[in-house]
Amino acid sequence: MTMSRADRKMPARLAHALLTLAVTSVFAGLAFAMLSLPEETSGLAEAVGDELAGAGARNPVTAVLLNFRGYDTLLEIAVLLLALMAIWTMRRGELRLQRDPGEILVFLASVQVPVMIVVAGYMLWAGGDAPGGAFQAGAILAAAGVLLVLAGSDWPQRLSGWPLRAGLVLGLTVFIAVGVASVLGGRAFLDYSGEFVAPTILILEVSATVSIGLVLLDMFLSVLRGRASNTETAASMEDP
Amino acid sequence: MPLLYSLAGIALFCIALRAVILATAPLRAILAVNVMSSGVFLVLVALARRTPGLMPDPVPHAMVITGIVVAVSATAMAIVLTQRLRAAAGTNTTEDAPRADP
Repeated sequence: MTMSRADRKMPARLAHALLTLAVTSVFAGLAFAMLSLPEETSGLAEAVGDELAGAGARNPVTAVLLNFRGYDTLLEIAVLLLALMAIWTMRRGELRLQRDPGEILVFLASVQVPVMIVVAGYMLWAGGDAPGGAFQAGAILAAAGVLLVLAGSDWPQRLSGWPLRAGLVLGLTVFIAVGVASVLGGRAFLDYSGEFVAPTILILEVSATVSIGLVLLDMFLSVLRGRASNTETAASMEDP
Repeated sequence: MPLLYSLAGIALFCIALRAVILATAPLRAILAVNVMSSGVFLVLVALARRTPGLMPDPVPHAMVITGIVVAVSATAMAIVLTQRLRAAAGTNTTEDAPRADP
């Protein structure tokens, strides 16, 4: 670097001040847009409310996610899988289990993991008519898996290969299968309104829960692997 | 009240936007992007019940749930990318290494 520290200081300060000014004006613009929104509106709430009776779920958010905008959820599960595939191409190192997790963590995991699995099942079922659903249940399942790994369980290592891959793609596969089935039945893609709407949503939610839980858990494990391998590299650099 | 929440969401977004621009460490940028998305989610959820007394709009809620999951997966991917950067370059910043004077 040819510039000394003192030379760089002034332009940097000026740049920071300009940046703060720019960000403040972004805030002002967005706040103005927010304030000039019409006061009285329910958005799409009424449209959703009108169609809720035949939607297969009494919880409007679940009805939107898995019925009215099922295509969004399909693409979202595809995005999750794509992100995991990108991670699989980049990750390195091996997963090493915690050797000495400590009695408290092991006890906590042995008490909490069964409860978390039950809560995930409840969340999944409750999603039909109360806040909850596939995403929340999947996140709780993933958290249970993370707790197991931190407590030194080798359960995640045993789940690998084809069973793991099958679980990862289950949600997307079932979603696409339902979409194709609805097209073959002479309807629009993912239009499954009618008699079987509630069971269809339940099947979609269960498979999405399994996939979301496994994808999130595997993402965590990949980050853990990279951390272990980086620590190793750093250690080998320190003492040759 | 929703107005207060949505303004807070915009403020979070703007503070994090500044942090993203200034960040040299990837982890800092990743965290800042996460705070930005939290701000967006806060705005969406706040705007979903703008009119008191009416049923909140479920469509933004569904979008936020979808967004949270996508944000988590993007964060995981960014962290793995950062780990590869560190393994390949031995550094935790995206700043150019100081060049030796000729």
